Amino acid sequence: MLSLIQLFSVAWYNLRSLPERKAAALTAAVGIAGVVGVLVGVLAIAEGFRRTMTVSGSPEVAVVLRSGSDGEMTSGLERDATRTIGDAPGVARNGAGPLSSAELFVIINLPKRSTGTDANVPLRGVEQGAFDVRGNIKMEAGRRFATGRNEVIVGAGAARSFAGLEIGKSIKVGQNDWQVVGIFTADGGLAESEIWTDTAVLQPAYHRNNSFQSVYVRLTSASAFPQFKDTLTTDPKLNVKVMRLSDFYEEQSNAVTKFITTIGVFIASLMGLGALFGALNTMYSAVAGRSREIATLRALGFGAGPVVFSVLVESVLLSILGGGLGAAAAYLLFDGYRASTINWQSFSQVTFAFQVPPLLLAKAIAGATLIGLLGGLFPALRAARQPIAAGLRES
Amino acid sequence: MSAPAQPLVSIRDVTRTFTRGSENVHVLTGIELLVNDGEFLALMGPSGSGKSTLLNLIGGLDRPTAGSVAIGEERVDKLSDRQLAAWRARHIGFVFQFYNLLPALNAERNVELPLLLTGLNKAARRRHVAAAFEAVGLTHRAKHFPRTLSGGEQQRVGIARAIVTDPTLLLCDEPTGDLDRKSGDEILSLLQSLNREHGKTIIMVTHDPHASARASRTVYLDKGQLSTTPTT
Repeated sequence: MLSLIQLFSVAWYNLRSLPERKAAALTAAVGIAGVVGVLVGVLAIAEGFRRTMTVSGSPEVAVVLRSGSDGEMTSGLERDATRTIGDAPGVARNGAGPLSSAELFVIINLPKRSTGTDANVPLRGVEQGAFDVRGNIKMEAGRRFATGRNEVIVGAGAARSFAGLEIGKSIKVGQNDWQVVGIFTADGGLAESEIWTDTAVLQPAYHRNNSFQSVYVRLTSASAFPQFKDTLTTDPKLNVKVMRLSDFYEEQSNAVTKFITTIGVFIASLMGLGALFGALNTMYSAVAGRSREIATLRALGFGAGPVVFSVLVESVLLSILGGGLGAAAAYLLFDGYRASTINWQSFSQVTFAFQVPPLLLAKAIAGATLIGLLGGLFPALRAARQPIAAGLRES
Repeated sequence: MSAPAQPLVSIRDVTRTFTRGSENVHVLTGIELLVNDGEFLALMGPSGSGKSTLLNLIGGLDRPTAGSVAIGEERVDKLSDRQLAAWRARHIGFVFQFYNLLPALNAERNVELPLLLTGLNKAARRRHVAAAFEAVGLTHRAKHFPRTLSGGEQQRVGIARAIVTDPTLLLCDEPTGDLDRKSGDEILSLLQSLNREHGKTIIMVTHDPHASARASRTVYLDKGQLSTTPTT
């Protein structure tokens, strides 16, 4: 009990004396706020990108590509194969037949609203079944494209990021003009970065005859996937790769997510090192400036432990304060901020919103706390080892 | 006939050597000193003579290179750092030349600090603090912060902090060294009163003959050697 009283009374005194050292304390806190702000900001990009890529990946939807392809761009499937896939066991059906959509995926150039420079935008040819297969496509404005006509509908993210995609306007694809007739949402998922049209109209425009790049199917249930997959991968007439849509999106987002995360952690680590030295410097200064006070407390009978504890408490609290400020600033600045970047797997732009989830904030503040602990530890040990008699003579 | 006073402080053949670079500096050599319970001892000597070093050894702030330091029955030089800290809290009251008050605490809180190590509850601590302020005649300034107090008042707070736990021994390191003559006299009178009226054993380091005149006995330290007469 007495030890606890010692611990907390010295720590309490130390914190009360903080205003006398406010300039150095604020410098350390602001340094740590910067680290946390940058770390959260960069990881919010990765988190937002990952979320956009995976949010609409229902486990009840499967995607079929040519075996060996690492994305739709490098895949190719003939009409016969797409029919076999649609008729496979495990595929859900409605009155019109199997819930499947054979799709074509091409890239077109459109100017970004933000810079005016051209960027790769995915144009997806889909069959009418695509809406039921995805299950989350909702028309935000306008209507769906009509089959057999040069009409497109635009994902809400693409409409925000690229110029000329307002309803009623036309975009030039190949030799033809395609009219924008609707804007759709997909629960914030990847499809919102795309432009959709009738695959039967897109094929001749790109001289694809009767070939496709992927088939999307809705399964009767998530548990039907193994049977569906086994049927297709053991069919000697087919040479396909079958994935759950959720896994496919995860795989598609991995490279970019890892890259952004690596860059973010690298930058934050460098800044963190700087903040660590800042915290060390601040706490060494604090200890040096309080040598006589610390020696006085020890002369009165307070032990070395409470002195170490008090320095650590100050350092950690400053770090939590800085971390909290940085996290709050990052949340206010970045959460929901919309941007687009290229997805290397599809070589096309993905529009997404930065995401700052609570777990990311908690991790960043935990990192700041670690900086505080490390930054306070050595000065605390120095304070505890300082000879009392020498400390009492300090001015 | 009364029994002879028992020595409270027994210093036997104490040497304290500091190492500076490759050189050994002998600050104290073969010091022998007994201080009786209830005595007011002045320890005089020129700057650098080792007065403060000897006081630090008695107060358990430093350890002798050789020899023994006993306070009452306790061999202070044999205690671990942790034991020393607890022993100081129980037995020693320090009065410093520059008061060493904690600037972020008001006078009352400064005086309460040593009581946090005693296990007393808040009400008891308040009573002890009030009594200490009364003893030094500074009750009306208890809520003031050190920066708003004069030097003499700060030293009174320092003395209140030193006596608040009713320690066995008061160790005063140049208690009037930073004060004008009038304030210094008041502090010396206070120490004298604590010694005479409350029976406090006091060891006071000073280089001021005026201050040492208030003590019941004076010893002189020069070049690490103790004597009962001043060296010339």
